[in-house]
Amino acid sequence: MAEYSALALIRNAFSGNRDWKPAWRKPDPKPAYDVIIIGGGHGLATAYYLAKEHGITNVAVLEKGWLGSGNIGRNTTIVRSNYLLPESIRFYDFSVKMWENLSHELNYNVMFSQRGILNLAHSPAQADDYIRRGNAMLHGGGDAEWLTPAEIARKVPGVDVSGSARFPVVGGLLQPRAGTARHDAVAWGYARAADRRGVDIIENCEVVGFLREGDRIIGVSTTRGEIRAGKVGVAVAGSTSRLLKLAGIEQFPIESHVLQAFVSESIKPYVDCVVTFGGGHLYMSQSDKGGLVFGGDLDGYNSYAQRGNLPLVEEVMSEFVAMFPAVARLRLLRSWGGVMDMSMDGSPIIAKGPLPGMYLNCGWCYGGFKATPASGFSFAWTIAKDEPHPINAPYTLSRFERGIIIDEKGQGPTPKLH
Amino acid sequence: MLISCPYCGPRDLSEFSYQGDASRMRPDAASTDIKAWHDYVYNRPNPAGPHREYWQHTAGCRAHLIVTRDTLTHEIHEVTFARAALRAVGGRP
Repeated sequence: MAEYSALALIRNAFSGNRDWKPAWRKPDPKPAYDVIIIGGGHGLATAYYLAKEHGITNVAVLEKGWLGSGNIGRNTTIVRSNYLLPESIRFYDFSVKMWENLSHELNYNVMFSQRGILNLAHSPAQADDYIRRGNAMLHGGGDAEWLTPAEIARKVPGVDVSGSARFPVVGGLLQPRAGTARHDAVAWGYARAADRRGVDIIENCEVVGFLREGDRIIGVSTTRGEIRAGKVGVAVAGSTSRLLKLAGIEQFPIESHVLQAFVSESIKPYVDCVVTFGGGHLYMSQSDKGGLVFGGDLDGYNSYAQRGNLPLVEEVMSEFVAMFPAVARLRLLRSWGGVMDMSMDGSPIIAKGPLPGMYLNCGWCYGGFKATPASGFSFAWTIAKDEPHPINAPYTLSRFERGIIIDEKGQGPTPKLH
Repeated sequence: MLISCPYCGPRDLSEFSYQGDASRMRPDAASTDIKAWHDYVYNRPNPAGPHREYWQHTAGCRAHLIVTRDTLTHEIHEVTFARAALRAVGGRP
C-alpha cells in the first residue's frame, strides 16, 4: 500500500500523527558504495532511477548543504519542451512525459500543473520564428498552438495587447502540456523514493577531493571522511568547474553565472499559465499561494555568489511592467540568485568521463529544473550501462571539439547569450 | 557593484558591458591547431575566486578594461586599461 494515501492520513490522525516516518533517513556515510552521486538535485533523481530501473541500491547521494538548498530550490519551477532542435525536443519531451506521471510514480504530490506556456511574439519576424519552432515541436511529436492577439487577450487578460504597447503583441506560441511544479516537493519526493529503495542521502557532506588510482577515480574525500566507490557521478550544475578542478581538470567548456528570480506579494488568481515576454527576456507564472514568480536574464558576468546586482532587477521589473501594466503597483516579496552552469552551446552534458570512473551531468544553463526526471533517468542509465541512453547520446563532452554542438538558441559559443 | 574606471572614477555597473574572461589568448590566425582553437573558443578556467575579465565602459569613456574581480564576493581588486595590459604580454585581444 502506498505510504502516503487518504487512508494513511486518517489512520495517522487517529494515532495523533506520531507514526509518520521521516521522509528520508540521516545515515552516516559508509566506507564504500557501488555508486556515489555528488549533488542532491538531479542526483536524487539519478539515485532513484539507479535503484528502480537498474537494481543498484548501494548508492550514496552527497549534498554539501541541506537538501533543497541548491538550484533545485532556486528556480522558477517551469516545465516545458518548446525547443527547435530535434535533440532538445526529444530529450525535453521525454521529460515532460515523465513529469505527467511523476506524482503517481513517487507517491508524492509534486503539484505538477499543466497550465501551458505562452511565448509572446512582438514582431512579424519573431512570429515567423516562433511558428517555425512550433512546427518543429509538432514534427517531434509534441504539442504547439499559435494564438492570435485576440485569443491571447481572452486567455491572459492582463497582457497589454494594445497597439500602443511598447512592444505590440502580434501573436503567441502556446505549449499546452507545459506547466509548473513545486520544486521543493520534487526534491523531497525523489529523496524519499530513493531512500525507501535503500539509497543513503548524506547531507552537509561537501566533497573536498577525489581519491585516485592513477587516472581512475575510486572515491571522494569529503568533510565527513573518505568514501570509496566503483563509480562517481558528478551532478553539481553551478559548481561543476570547481569540483572538476579537484580532479585536476583546469579548463572546461562551462562558465558559472548568476541568475536572479523574484516573487511578488500574493494576489488573487491573475494568470493561469506561464507567460514569456519576447521583447526582452522574462518569464512569469502565478504560484498556488498567489505570488507572481518571475525571472529574466543572467546578470551577465561570471559569478559564484548566490545573489545578483540591481541593474538587472530594474531591467526585469521594467520588462514585467511593459508586458503586464497592471502589476506596476505590486510589491516585491523576495528576490534571490542561483549559480547557473552555462555551457558553451546552451545544452547540457550527460556523459561518461572525462576521467575513468567518473560520470558527468552538468551544463544545465537555466533549464535544469524541467529536465530533472529525464536527466536522472538518462544519467542513471549511463552510469549503470556505461553507455548513453538514446535521449542523452548527443549530449557528449567531446561535441565541442568535434564541432557538433547543439546550439540551443542558435546564438553561438558565448555562454552569456544562452 | 561599482567599477572604478581609471578615467571616470567609480561608476555604476549599468554603465559597463561584460566581455568575458581575459585570460584567454587568441591563437595566431594562421594556426591550424584544433586543440588551441577549441581551448580558446570553448574552454574556460571559470575560477571561484579572483577572475581577470574584460569590461567596457560603454556608457562612459568607452575604454576597454581588465578588471580583477572575486567571483565569490563580487569584490573588485584591480582595474587597468586592457590595451596596456595586453601590450605588456605581447598579446592580441
